[in-house]
Amino acid sequence: MFAFTVKRILQAVVVMLIISFIGFAIKHNFGDPVRDLVGQRVTATERAEIRDRLGLNDPFPVQYARFLRDALRGDLGQSYFFKKPATEVIIKKAPATLELVFCAAFIIVVLSIPLGIYSAIRPKSLFSRFVMGGSIVGVSMPVFLTAILLIYIFSVELHWLPSYGRGETVLLFGWWDSGLFTVDGLLHLVMPSIALSSIMLPLFIRLIRSEMMEVLETEYVKFAWAKGIKPWRVWLVHAFKNTLLPVITVGGVQLGIMVAFTILTETVFQWQGMGSMFIESVERSDTSLMVAYLVFVGIVFVLVNTFVDIIYGLVNPTVRVAGRQ
Amino acid sequence: MKVSTFKAAGKFSLLVLSLLVAALMLVGCGGEEKKEAAEKAAPAAPEKITLKLAMDADPVSLDPHVQLSGGMLQFSHLVFDPLIRYDKDMNFVPRLAESWERIDDLTMRMHLRKGVKFHSGNEFTAKDVVFTVDRLKKSEDYKGLFEPFTGAVAVDDYTVDLVTKKPYGLVLNMATYIFPLDSKFYSGTDDKGKAKDAIVKTDYSFANVNESGTGPFTVISREQGVKTVFARFKDYWNKDTGNVEEIVLSPIKNDATRTAALMSGDVDFVMPVPPQDLERLKTTDGLHLVTMSGSRIISMQLNQKRNPALADPKVRLAMAYAYDNQGVVEKIMNGFATAAGQMSPKGYVGHLESLTPRFDLEKAKALMAESNFPNGFEATMISPNNRYVNDEKIAEAFASMMSKIGIKVSLKTMPKAQYWDQFDAQVADIQLIGWHSDTEDSGNFFEFLSMCRNTETGYGQYNSGNYCNAKVDELTLAAQTETDPAKRAADLQEAEKIQYDEAGFIPLHWQNLSWASKANMNTEDIVNVMNFPYFGDLVIN
Repeated sequence: MFAFTVKRILQAVVVMLIISFIGFAIKHNFGDPVRDLVGQRVTATERAEIRDRLGLNDPFPVQYARFLRDALRGDLGQSYFFKKPATEVIIKKAPATLELVFCAAFIIVVLSIPLGIYSAIRPKSLFSRFVMGGSIVGVSMPVFLTAILLIYIFSVELHWLPSYGRGETVLLFGWWDSGLFTVDGLLHLVMPSIALSSIMLPLFIRLIRSEMMEVLETEYVKFAWAKGIKPWRVWLVHAFKNTLLPVITVGGVQLGIMVAFTILTETVFQWQGMGSMFIESVERSDTSLMVAYLVFVGIVFVLVNTFVDIIYGLVNPTVRVAGRQ
Repeated sequence: MKVSTFKAAGKFSLLVLSLLVAALMLVGCGGEEKKEAAEKAAPAAPEKITLKLAMDADPVSLDPHVQLSGGMLQFSHLVFDPLIRYDKDMNFVPRLAESWERIDDLTMRMHLRKGVKFHSGNEFTAKDVVFTVDRLKKSEDYKGLFEPFTGAVAVDDYTVDLVTKKPYGLVLNMATYIFPLDSKFYSGTDDKGKAKDAIVKTDYSFANVNESGTGPFTVISREQGVKTVFARFKDYWNKDTGNVEEIVLSPIKNDATRTAALMSGDVDFVMPVPPQDLERLKTTDGLHLVTMSGSRIISMQLNQKRNPALADPKVRLAMAYAYDNQGVVEKIMNGFATAAGQMSPKGYVGHLESLTPRFDLEKAKALMAESNFPNGFEATMISPNNRYVNDEKIAEAFASMMSKIGIKVSLKTMPKAQYWDQFDAQVADIQLIGWHSDTEDSGNFFEFLSMCRNTETGYGQYNSGNYCNAKVDELTLAAQTETDPAKRAADLQEAEKIQYDEAGFIPLHWQNLSWASKANMNTEDIVNVMNFPYFGDLVIN
């Protein structure tokens, strides 16, 4: 297990190096951040001077080496727009995104498991057909469209839910701005989490359903039926547990993707998390914040995947055996 | 063994689930209790008049000199107060300067208002004006504008002279950019040992996070990009003005969300209104839409150095006749723009009523036939796709209109982050540019967009068409040192006419401005063509 873990961590480091290199290469060819910092009247020479001061005129290898050296010290550069270290900006924005992802994941878990199981057990029932049909609509509807529709129905027409932002937040542990502990904050969370879950939820329902249907055909389930075990026990204890493994694997990967998907959701809801921060940094060519975000998300992806692999190793020993070789 | 592991996993997940449910229930109860407590704690306090304001961006800093942009000037009119400002018809009206007089060709004397206080409590005097002009001359963004000035000289505590190096016709225009800073507040060093008056673009500075102006509002709290809260300054010199006591400014970048926020009542005032929502907001009860023709000109520059065909004046004229300004304004801009035949919008001194858009396809074809390129030619073109309203669609329409007179345009569009480098490098024959005159004067258009390119003086810096006419240069430069408004206007109008006749570039339209609010306020009284709403004067009934 130890060797397996070390190997996964080494892989993670290599992946991070590659991500940072690609991110940095994009930054280098992306455009001039100084444009967004100055008015139209500032001359080309003056802009060149500012670029010089920011170290943007140095050759690519020099800039990259400087970036790596600083990154090892935990310094991912300075956000030009926020006039603060990029890491500080990202960490300040992270709680908003993580809470959103957490709530969306919660919706997905709570809904997809019962719906997936039911439509696997009763594939021909009217309700299952309805769920399956709905899931196709869900998958094919873009997130921003879902989001806009939600806003128009629940904010503009019905006045039930607030249309933008995070509402009232509470400061936890001195740095975690949380919207989970106020009524206003929770109300603000409802539509963004639904919108964010709208892509993944149908996927998980379909995944659970198909895995479950496969398991229901296996010998040991048939044996369980033959033994006369109560139906709910067969379904939940015997069958559903075995559908869990692939669901966990996919779930781990999808969790990472969901962090990335927040970009659209956050932009529409003016949700002040890392996603909208990233889009805005692209728009105003705040290139060092852009790279810092890519590296940060890279770390999240790699950590989640590593973590999932290790858990997988715990749950399914054959993986561990493979890792030992 | 397999089964037992799963059993463990099952128990584990059950445990996690129940913990989650318990936590959520706690959260819900916690929230309820808090709300009740809050209701008890605040027994029917007199209601504060709050304006919830949503804009597409928020000020980048609290330092008014760190960047010259619309957003920063909007902010400056809230927190600081200029010496003079424009009214709705672009006349100068007194603010911190009560009156002004020209002493000689180089000197404009400003008589300052007495009894004005800064947010810090310091008294406002001529010293602060001198300090501010000195600082403006150090700011990267403003030093170009204040280059003609030697500086400000305090005559006594309430009189200050604005002195220029040469006679200069735009002293009053520039005085609208002098938002006096509190010289005592911004002098010395902060607790990090840094100079308080430093102007810093990308890092911490005292002025970036602290303010002391004379404006109607003070900044209570600010979370950049999320929310800024302003409170009315209780010692503001002008008591008989608006009644807003608090402004909560939230940037909402997404167009549809900004509109929805207004329609759902989450905010009271939005700017700008996306063109596709104008009709909807206009017809909604309880809302109030105000629009106005703006002063940002969108134009096509025709590079006569890159493409020999564009050096032929007949070709350029033909192109001007082939472009249907009004058609694009109606079909693509939803009527939300003003078709242009020149650069200066109405209200600017260089504006000539007679220079109207000239769409006439037959005439365009005839001109092409007479030119050196009767069979047409090929040209490349670039345009941004996220900088101006509908920029990409406008560029496409332009290209297709040119095809009708035999000009095959190959168009490439790109985001603004990449566009300006390409624009500077003049990679294409036809390039789109939008321009707003930061002096609110015609001369600025010519200086940057149509004077002969000169890297030493910086004239023609954004003239990627390489249009060059000595007479236009001469008239523009003459206008710079002309202090007689009538003569200045005549010079600038003549320059405008020459460019029109030669079709040095193709003006498309001026972008309109828009604001929408709830109906219970005097929105139309506080907005203006510069797009600096004077929220200090806003009255909410």
